[in-house]
Amino acid sequence: MATLIFILSAAALLQFFISYCRSLIASSIKQPLSAEVRDVTGIPSTASGEDFVRVIQLLDLCPERPEERGRIRAINAYFRLLNFVRSTLARIIPALVAWTEMERGQCTYFAAVTLDRRIAFSRDMLAQQLDV
Amino acid sequence: MPSSLGYAIWLLATLLEVAVVVCAISRNCFGRYLCLNLYMLSSLFVSVARYGALSHFGVRSGEYWYLYYYSDAVLTIFLYLALITLYLHVFDEMKVEKYVRLAAVLLLAGTALFSYGVVHQSFQSSGKMLAGFVFELSQNLYFVGLVLTYVLWGAILKLRESRSQLIQLVLSLGVYFSAFAATFALENMFPNLQFFAYIVPIFGCLLPLAWAYAFWRLAPDARMVPARLAVVPR
Repeated sequence: MATLIFILSAAALLQFFISYCRSLIASSIKQPLSAEVRDVTGIPSTASGEDFVRVIQLLDLCPERPEERGRIRAINAYFRLLNFVRSTLARIIPALVAWTEMERGQCTYFAAVTLDRRIAFSRDMLAQQLDV
Repeated sequence: MPSSLGYAIWLLATLLEVAVVVCAISRNCFGRYLCLNLYMLSSLFVSVARYGALSHFGVRSGEYWYLYYYSDAVLTIFLYLALITLYLHVFDEMKVEKYVRLAAVLLLAGTALFSYGVVHQSFQSSGKMLAGFVFELSQNLYFVGLVLTYVLWGAILKLRESRSQLIQLVLSLGVYFSAFAATFALENMFPNLQFFAYIVPIFGCLLPLAWAYAFWRLAPDARMVPARLAVVPR
């Protein structure tokens, strides 16, 4: 009985986690990237999953905003999950390749939008310090 | 006594509960999601009371044990009621409020009866039976909560609900319930594993963190395309 409950709960957890991450991404997907971030990240109009690690490295260079920490971790975990699916299940089910690639690209776009916010935040802080 | 890490996670969870209420008040969402905020406030008071009992009587005392499990059952019932109010939000245009309330009361009573049935034969003395009932009810309500959240998520997708804040509140509740149900099941399968002492409080931090984010970052009228949320593309 405990095994059955565990399997059902783990399946539900996975589904809720994926949907939660997608809802986080969906809330940022409409936001256009500034020209500056496009230049820095090299992302033209659509982002690719291959750029994710690079954008995260850029994010790490900027001062962190406390309210973003949890979301970045969640999307990072989602990206790893997608990589896992891509290297395992997608080899058996080819239709998953396109889906994981699209999702990975959206994770990258989310990270780029966050980078954009962090740059603006850093700029505001610098401006405030200069005013003082 | 809990370790320093245990205390740190406990303090973090308590601070996050405060953050939920503060974010909701500052974004004028306190009344809109009253039950969710009352649950967070009661969870905050319970944390303080548990800390008081722990420091006065010790972790192995009967007082702390009773307070822990009884308050856990009360909090689980509050969370169940908070989940029902999310149902009311999703179905508010269908004018089925009284049916939802009636079904919720019947389900709660049914779960309580089932829990009583499970513990009835195991315990002889009434004092121990009550304690066993409280523990059983709490565990069963977590599983019922998971099933109800799953049904609610199905309804959100079916009705094409698009309110971002409501969607994130429901999804984070789903993550919380399923994580707890999976942990309870794992604990039953491997009772000697030590890491449950930390993993359960860490899961306890996830819900207030996600709710604080939903209240702080998302406007109450913000919308998203519901088809984007289904795991299987529509």
